[in-house]
Amino acid sequence: MTDTPTTTADSEPAAAEPAPAPAPAAAARRRSDTALVTALAVVVALVVGAVLIALSDSAVLDAFGYFFAAPGDVLSASWSAISDAYAAMFQGAIVNPDSISAAADGQATWSSVFGPLSETIVTATPLICAGLSVSLAFRSGLFNIGGEGQVVVGAITAGYVGFAWHLPPVLHVTAAVLAGMIGGGVWGLIAGWLKARTGAHEVITTIMLNYIALYLLLYLLGTPRFQRPGRSDAISREVDGDARLPHLAGSALRLHAGILLALVAAALVAWLLTRSTLGFRLRAVGANPDAARTAGMSVERAYVLAMLLAGGLAGLAGSTQVLGTAYTLTPGVSANIGFDAITVALLGRASPWGTVLAGLLFGALRAGGVQMQAQTGTPIDVVTVIQALIVIFIAAPPLIRSIFRLHAARGGGAGATLAKGWNG
Amino acid sequence: MSLAAQLPRTAGARLSRRYAVGGLYVILGLLSLLAFGIGTDSGKDARFGLALEGARLSMPDLVLPARVTAIVLSLLVAALGVLRVVRAESARLASWLTGLVIVSLLAAFLCWSVAGQEVSLVGIVQGTVFLSIPLVLGALSGVLCERAGVINISIEGQFLLGAFTAAFAGTVTGSLWVGLICGCLAGGLLGLLLAVFAIRYLVDQVILGVVLNVFALGLTGFLYDRVLQPNAESYNSPGIFNTIKIPLLADIPVLGPVLFDSNIFLYLTYVLLAVVHIGLFHTRWGLRVRAVGEHPTAADTVGIRVLATRYRNVLYGGLVAGLGGAFFTIGSVGAFGKNMTSGKGFIALAALIFGRWSPFGSLAAALVFGFADQIQLVLTSIGTTIPSQFMLMAPYLATIFAVAGLVGKVRAPKADGKPYVKS
Repeated sequence: MTDTPTTTADSEPAAAEPAPAPAPAAAARRRSDTALVTALAVVVALVVGAVLIALSDSAVLDAFGYFFAAPGDVLSASWSAISDAYAAMFQGAIVNPDSISAAADGQATWSSVFGPLSETIVTATPLICAGLSVSLAFRSGLFNIGGEGQVVVGAITAGYVGFAWHLPPVLHVTAAVLAGMIGGGVWGLIAGWLKARTGAHEVITTIMLNYIALYLLLYLLGTPRFQRPGRSDAISREVDGDARLPHLAGSALRLHAGILLALVAAALVAWLLTRSTLGFRLRAVGANPDAARTAGMSVERAYVLAMLLAGGLAGLAGSTQVLGTAYTLTPGVSANIGFDAITVALLGRASPWGTVLAGLLFGALRAGGVQMQAQTGTPIDVVTVIQALIVIFIAAPPLIRSIFRLHAARGGGAGATLAKGWNG
Repeated sequence: MSLAAQLPRTAGARLSRRYAVGGLYVILGLLSLLAFGIGTDSGKDARFGLALEGARLSMPDLVLPARVTAIVLSLLVAALGVLRVVRAESARLASWLTGLVIVSLLAAFLCWSVAGQEVSLVGIVQGTVFLSIPLVLGALSGVLCERAGVINISIEGQFLLGAFTAAFAGTVTGSLWVGLICGCLAGGLLGLLLAVFAIRYLVDQVILGVVLNVFALGLTGFLYDRVLQPNAESYNSPGIFNTIKIPLLADIPVLGPVLFDSNIFLYLTYVLLAVVHIGLFHTRWGLRVRAVGEHPTAADTVGIRVLATRYRNVLYGGLVAGLGGAFFTIGSVGAFGKNMTSGKGFIALAALIFGRWSPFGSLAAALVFGFADQIQLVLTSIGTTIPSQFMLMAPYLATIFAVAGLVGKVRAPKADGKPYVKS
């Protein structure tokens, strides 16, 4: 089977290994080291993002035109472009200082102060769920790139139950959420079954299923069952009032119960992985399928179950999106959640609580990005670039260390754990 | 797979696989009989045009009684299924049978959908070849990278960067050739990133590829919104390469206009196919590359520089993928649009696997996928009962069937995806 390289890219001679430190201290040191690398990776990614913003800003490009006449202009134009963009991002994600003073003066409500935080949490909720989906699959040795498709199918089923069935209040929303999880689970199951039965690599099948799901959604939005009466564009009926996830902070803020579902899901995944037999089996298969098979575990069954659960979690993301935020189905309902979730899972080092934190960070970036685009015109795609850069940097800790001249730590980065190829 | 996992399965697996696949063919044949054979009204003819306007030698249209032809083809497929079960197993025969089954089913489907109407068969073939160009180039990029042992999932990202840079550079400099070269270089740059992170920093190559795709998507989207879209005239209107007609060869009936009357990208593809095939299988360089991909430790022992070879190959792969990306803008549409590749890079990857990591195998696979893409265009234009969104799913469904049906039997280069650490 695969041999993960016995040394990571930092070539430390074995003699430099300290005398056996007590295990908790070593583990704590490793954790803080990882946290430091993560924080620095975020910083470097933001810097690169800033460069991108500055270099594509029209004022800066104009200033380059007369660089030798007034070189300081380039710097000041760059600085203003960058600071405007990032300030807007902060205001959109965390808090807008002006709103605090306005609220203190009684000119605005206190809920407007919490608006940005509410947006961050609302954006982060589906990212956390889908990120858990990808993490769970990673732990089982599978790459679930099909989050996008699973979110879409989950949204379809949840939305359908939401507007087509009419059940008593609490039952309706529960049924809708469950329907979403089942829909996503089935979509993941297809890929898992294909992998188990035919060995088809899940990267390709899940990506193809993504596109199929998107076209399926487009088709359904044109059928009378789904399409909103009176509209000819691709939009579905509205979800019933009692199928919507309840608001948590009043109706002025978009914060809804989806975040509670996400946190519960994280707790369940954590419990599953660390304390249940099934979780142990999944992790064993993920670490070394051949050894697991020799030990008598059914690797195929593990793959199928892993993809089913992962699909279910992504379907939950779709449910929260439709039942908590959008209240209707549109072609953009999945809003790139599936791909963002991959970066969330990687940043969260495939651990449930890490995924929650990573989801919150990326939710903040994205919520702030919306404000940034509205306020300064900076396209929100820069957030995608920053996310990808963060993940690339944390996947290569030696790179960050060489930039910041940190001491090398024991233990590898996020990438050194799984090194597999097409042959499994 | 390890030996322990393989031993109990070999003999029994071969037998049951024969029954499974043969049975599948029979079932498909019967379904086709019902849907395409009996489902077609009798008396209708399917008319396939075989010549293009203005060709020197004109050919009469191929007129087939739709229902009868579809029935015959379906029965053929069922018969092939029986043959597969009965006849002794040989890999070569099995591949031929698969090919025949696919072609027959597609032909039956065509008869059914074109019944009572007319389509230009030459047009379909021409469109298929045209749409397959980026898939072939992407697959060639994959061949170069993966034969050396580095998995290249970021073909999609290299396409996007190549398309973007070709459009941008082509417009800014006013020269399509400069755009072409810049597109290649952009793909090469992403390849270099992939190489550094995969080979030097030992990042997992599948994850790295996916993340690089996200990065490329975000970067091109950002720059498109920021720079290209506001000033489309100055930054996003490179134009398209003209078609070049090769004098004598282009007049061959049916195949001539398809193969010899297209733009530079098709001819470059021919050249690259030949170069990669001959290079990989008939030169010392190719032998070294394949050795590095199969058993890097042994190659290292003999003196081959493993890491340098991998770096070089991934760079070449990136350049070829950049060329494939340039096709989207300066070879086809003429302007860049956000996410304009929409998954073609992954289909190219599937073509690579379907084609067993060989240039000409990938070519055949790419043609099948290109055909799936083309057929949905044709059928949407002549009108068909199948909703358009399902037609649009066709290439992706085809990819899944290909990967699911065949990957069990194909084998990647042994060290594919495993970073090499000198020990």
